[in-house]
This record gives sequence, C-alpha cells and structure tokens, in this order.
Amino acid sequence: MADAVLTEGLGKGFRGKRALDGLDLAVAEGSVLGLLGPNGAGKTTAVRVLTTLLRPDTGRAEVAGHDIVREPAAVRRAVGLTGQHTTVDDILTGRENLVMWGRLYHLPARAAARRADELLEQFGLTDAADRRAKTYSGGMRRRLDVASSLVLAPRVFFLDEPTTGLDPRNRGEVWAALRGLVAGGTTVVLTTQYLDEADQLADRIAVLDGGRKVAEGTPSELKSRIGGDRVDVLVRDAADLPAAADLLARAASGPVEVDAALRRLSAPVRDRVSALTGVVRALDDAGLPVEDIGLRRPTLDEVFLHLTGKQAAPATTEEIGVPA
Amino acid sequence: MTTVITTAPADGGALRWTLSDSWVVARRDLLHWVRNPSVIIASVAFPAMFVLLFGFVFGSAIVVPGGGDYREFLMPGMFAQAMVNGAAATVATVAADKARGVTDRFRSMPMAPAAPVIGRSVADVVNSVLDLVVLVGLGLLVGWRAHGGVAGALTAVGLLLLLRFAMIWVGIWLGLVVSQEAAGLAWAPLFPLTMIANTFVHPSQLPGWLGPLADWNPISATVTAVRELFGNIGPVAAQASWAERNAMLLAVAWPLVIVAVFLPLAVRRYRRAAA
Repeated sequence: MADAVLTEGLGKGFRGKRALDGLDLAVAEGSVLGLLGPNGAGKTTAVRVLTTLLRPDTGRAEVAGHDIVREPAAVRRAVGLTGQHTTVDDILTGRENLVMWGRLYHLPARAAARRADELLEQFGLTDAADRRAKTYSGGMRRRLDVASSLVLAPRVFFLDEPTTGLDPRNRGEVWAALRGLVAGGTTVVLTTQYLDEADQLADRIAVLDGGRKVAEGTPSELKSRIGGDRVDVLVRDAADLPAAADLLARAASGPVEVDAALRRLSAPVRDRVSALTGVVRALDDAGLPVEDIGLRRPTLDEVFLHLTGKQAAPATTEEIGVPA
Repeated sequence: MTTVITTAPADGGALRWTLSDSWVVARRDLLHWVRNPSVIIASVAFPAMFVLLFGFVFGSAIVVPGGGDYREFLMPGMFAQAMVNGAAATVATVAADKARGVTDRFRSMPMAPAAPVIGRSVADVVNSVLDLVVLVGLGLLVGWRAHGGVAGALTAVGLLLLLRFAMIWVGIWLGLVVSQEAAGLAWAPLFPLTMIANTFVHPSQLPGWLGPLADWNPISATVTAVRELFGNIGPVAAQASWAERNAMLLAVAWPLVIVAVFLPLAVRRYRRAAA
C-alpha cells in the first residue's frame, strides 16, 4: 500500500534547539498514526512541517505523494489541519463558519452551503447549525473545528492534540466523530499526550522524545512492551512492604516496583481481573493490612520510563502524569 | 449562478481568488463589528471623550496661533488621532487570530496567500470610515465646520484614510510579531505618537527640543493638510518650518513610506508566522 505520509531524517531547529532531530515516519494510506509524547517532544513541530507551515532544515518529506518543500501548494490541497486551538469563530453560527471555510476552499456559494449541511449532519450539529458558536459546548466546538478542516475531504488529515482540555464526555464525542472519518478511508495523523487516546484511535503509535521516534508499533505491541495493566498496592505499614512485594510478584508479569516513601508497590499484570482478585486474596490470607489497591493502565510516564529508560521531561510531568 | 454541487474547488485565476478570498476574510471581520457593536462603541468613545476633554476643558486654556476657534483647530487633530489609534485594534485582532490558530489554518489551506492580510486591511478601512463619520458628526455638534468646499473635504478624508491604511500595515506586522498579551498594550506607544504632534497645540508652542519632533511627526503632516483642506486655519505663515509649509506633500509621502516599509515586512512575517 502507498504511504500517505513519508518522512526521512526530518530536522527542524529553533534558536539552536532541535525540535525535530531526524524523524522517520511512514503512514500507510487509510491508516491512523498517533504521535505520542510529552510537551516539547516535537509533535506539533512535526505537524507544522508536514502541513507546510514550517520549512524543515534537513531531511525530506512527502504528503499525499507531494514533496512538502517543492510542492507546498499541492500539499495544501491534499491536507486538512486542526490545530491545538479551535479556529471556530464565536460570532458566526456553525453553518456560517463552515460556509466561510468552504468559500476559502474556493467552493462556489451553493456548493459551500451544500457541503456545510453535509458536514453539520456528519458531525451531529444540524440542530445547532444556526446558533452562534459561542453557545456551543467544548466538544461541539471541536467537532465544528474538525468539520471545517474537512470541507474538501482531504486525503491526509492532521490533528494536533484534538481533545486536550476537553472533559471525558466531550472527548468521547470527538473520538466518535474521528472514528466515522477513519471508517471513510481518510488517512489521519494525530498527536496526543494521552496513551488511551492513541489507543482508542490509532492503528499505529509512534512515541516521540526529543524530536526523534523512540518506538513505534501497534497499540497492543507497545502495551506488551510496557507490560500492560498494572496493579498498585498501598500497604498500611512500611514493614509489610517486602512480604507484600513477594505476594504481588507471584501475580505479576514483570518486576515489582517498590516506593518505600509512599508505601506503594506497583507491578504489571497480564490477566487484569484474575490478577487483581488473586492479589487481594493472597494479601487477605497473609493478613497484611492494605489501605488501597487498584488496577490501572500504565501512565505515559511509565511508557517513557520503559521505552527510553528515563523520565519524561521534568517540566511536563504533572501534565502527562494523568492516569489513563 | 453556478449549480456545481461537487466538493471540487472551482477554477479561476490567481487574481480572482485573491479578490474573492480577501472579501471572504474582510466580510468575517466586518460581521464581528455588526454583531458585536460594543467594539465600535468602545472605539468611538475614546476619541469622543478627547473631543470633550480638550474641546471644553484643556482647550479653554489653549490659544491658537494667529487666533481662531480652538475646536475648529482641534477636530482635524482628533480625526488623525483616531486613524492612528485604529492600529491598536488591528494589532489586537491580528494577534488574536494568530493565537487562536486561525492564521495557521489559513496558511495550511490552498487559498490566496495574500488574502488574509488584504482582507484585514479592507475591513479596517471600512471600519475607519465609520469612525470618521461618527467623529465628523461629533465635530459638527461642538461647532467645527468644513469651509473648504466638497473637493477639499473629500481630499481631506482621503488623506486621513491614507494615514489609516498605512497604520494598518504597522498594525498587522506588530500583531504577528508580539504575543497576544502584549498586543493589548499596543495603544501605549501610539498614545505619545499622536500627542507629540500638532494634534492639540501648534509645535511652535512646544519646548524648543520637542517642537521639531512634533513638526516632523507623520501625523502632523496629515493634520496640517487636513486643517488647510477643511479651511480650519489661515494660510501657513512664510516663516513656518519646511515640514509645515509642505504638509500636503508630506501627508502623501509619509504614509507611502510607511506602507513601503511595513507592507513587505507584514507579508513576509505572515508567510513564516511561527506561533
């Protein structure tokens, strides 16, 4: 299958800092690639270079078969971009927003109106079409923003952190809209800081760090490298830590991590529910008092720790420490 | 009227799309003002306050060289000040579009590359005409009159809009360069620029070191030319400075120089607008 996006050794620097440092990507036509990484990993720069907003310093890239430096106009005709901020115009209605973008994509007036109606329908905004966008919820605004990038049905659609700042319900709305799009065959490149978002939407995930790709694979491939779900145990008495760690190790699929200061144990498990019940039973049988026990997905921090052997950039840990 | 209903873009030459895209962008900006009139009220309230403050409070103590009514003298200054201060609104809108990613979206699209800046300038000129109409009405209320005939009045309006047009490009460039927070402070450098001029008093009445500065201020050229065209002052004295005697020439030359410098700067900055 042809590659809708292909980059080789793509590099871009800002004032001496390497935002992209030899990025190699290949995205098959009709697939969804998730670019995963913390702030500063180079995700946004990659999207800006691939949508011709920035010129790369080194390397080359093709989008929809066109070289981004030599044929920027052809690339622009083939791509759609939804950035981190919604470009929705509050003072206009949803329909007016879409018609305006349609006109700027050079559709004749009637075709722009027709296309706006189609997109409103597709993104579930028909009922709100004639309300000003300032009355929309965050999820509706995002959907309208996504719709406005799709006026020309682009071959490759770039989304930069499409759900950052949205609550779970609104995130779900946007995800549903994107799934519909992908089912229609559009190639999608999306950036995210959330592992579960990449997991929900992407066929393949490329993990970026320091402007480079540090890992790539399907979500399940990456998860198996990370170790899948994790059981966390918080013991009441620090003296019980070694005994509890022994019990946890029996159910675990990888090494048990011990945080003595927090009296917490954490270990990857394979069969989530039976592992959890097994651990609970074993701790109860041994009479070890436990304050908290839980099953959770790995955090992006842990993905990073496992893939790169180092913590994600310290300045961003609070933002990326959101448990998936 | 075409009946094409596909999603294929229509064909057309570069010039046609530049005009059409510019109009779509300008229309969006104009709709903002129509639907959010508080912006217009705010942009008119400031010069209105100045007319009252200087026309009736400070003006009572200001003497016009060669005699004459101070409010007659003041109004052309107020017109020009409004034209220059309009740049603050340009800076704010351009910076907001950049921060919201609208500029990025425009640039990622196959639309005419010059359209966003041209559309912006068209919308701002239309808005300035509105500002001028309100200010002229206010001037008539406080006793200002145009004595120079229709041709003179139209030329005066043309010179004012030319100054505004030049300031638009300064505003677009600044809006692309500064952050959105800094854009809110754009009035700060404009304020002294419009005050250290002949807006409120004749430069000969300023301290010796400040006078020449005010004399050569581009705004002063427009103000003097507009005063002459509206017949608000007598003929310029023979011993007046070169800048004052050639105000009409400078009122055309200064804005053209500003456009020549800032239009290319703004367009270049727009092309590589890195947020």
